[in-house]
Amino acid sequence: METNVQANQTSTKKVEKKPLEKVLIICAKGSIEDVYAALVMANGAVMEGIEAKLFFTFFGMDAITTKQMNKLHTGTIGNPAMRMPGGLPFPSILGMLPGVEAGVSSMMMKQMEKLDIPPVDEFMDMITAGGGEIYACKLAADMFGLEKKDLSEHVKDIITVGQFYEMADGDRTQIIFT
Amino acid sequence: MGQTVIAGVSVDLNDEGYLNDPSQWNEEVAAEIAKEEGIDLTDKHFEVLHFLRDKHAAGEQLTIRKVGKSGITDIKGLYQLFPGGPLKKSSRIAGIPKPASCV
Repeated sequence: METNVQANQTSTKKVEKKPLEKVLIICAKGSIEDVYAALVMANGAVMEGIEAKLFFTFFGMDAITTKQMNKLHTGTIGNPAMRMPGGLPFPSILGMLPGVEAGVSSMMMKQMEKLDIPPVDEFMDMITAGGGEIYACKLAADMFGLEKKDLSEHVKDIITVGQFYEMADGDRTQIIFT
Repeated sequence: MGQTVIAGVSVDLNDEGYLNDPSQWNEEVAAEIAKEEGIDLTDKHFEVLHFLRDKHAAGEQLTIRKVGKSGITDIKGLYQLFPGGPLKKSSRIAGIPKPASCV
């Protein structure tokens, strides 16, 4: 045991840093927080000179569907971290009322705008401007009856899971499921 | 890294090579740092650098979106000017601290 620990310590001293070179990010949900987590990570990667591919599937398809992408909501029911402005708990029963989800969502978008975080389509503009690529899942597209023409111009292609894994070639590549 | 002489100016650098004091910066210093990053500075680069310095002096948090809306260049252009680090490299060359924003 002891020798192992020693061996580990000497090896960590010599370890050369191996920065990430490529990330493949999967977004399978369509709420504001899920989509933005993926967008922020992809944009952040591109800004660091890391190659980034963003793959949308299942309910994440809303984020790249032209009709839906700028109307994303955050769920106001069953989210224990949801708070009222000021920090008081947000009763789930309030979240059921008509208009509440839309109101909360628009407040979230406004707060992000203050931090210079853009709407979804503009964010995708930024990511692709830096060389990032955006893909849609073929299975989800078939399931929801979506075609390329229904999707944002930023979507490079509709691909299978096999094609997605093919992109994970080379060292220093990570696949991230948000 | 401490005190280093760049382009004949004694500057105070942090461990990541960013100037600790933006007032020690001048365009010759910028050109030297840019060379290290493999970039030959053009007038367009300097427009971006001065924009970043002005915004930093005004206490604003910098993002690539802000630069993209400055009218100097769009975001694609910014990536072409500072490949692999549109905000990080440009901030370093502009003699201001490493950006602390996530966009």
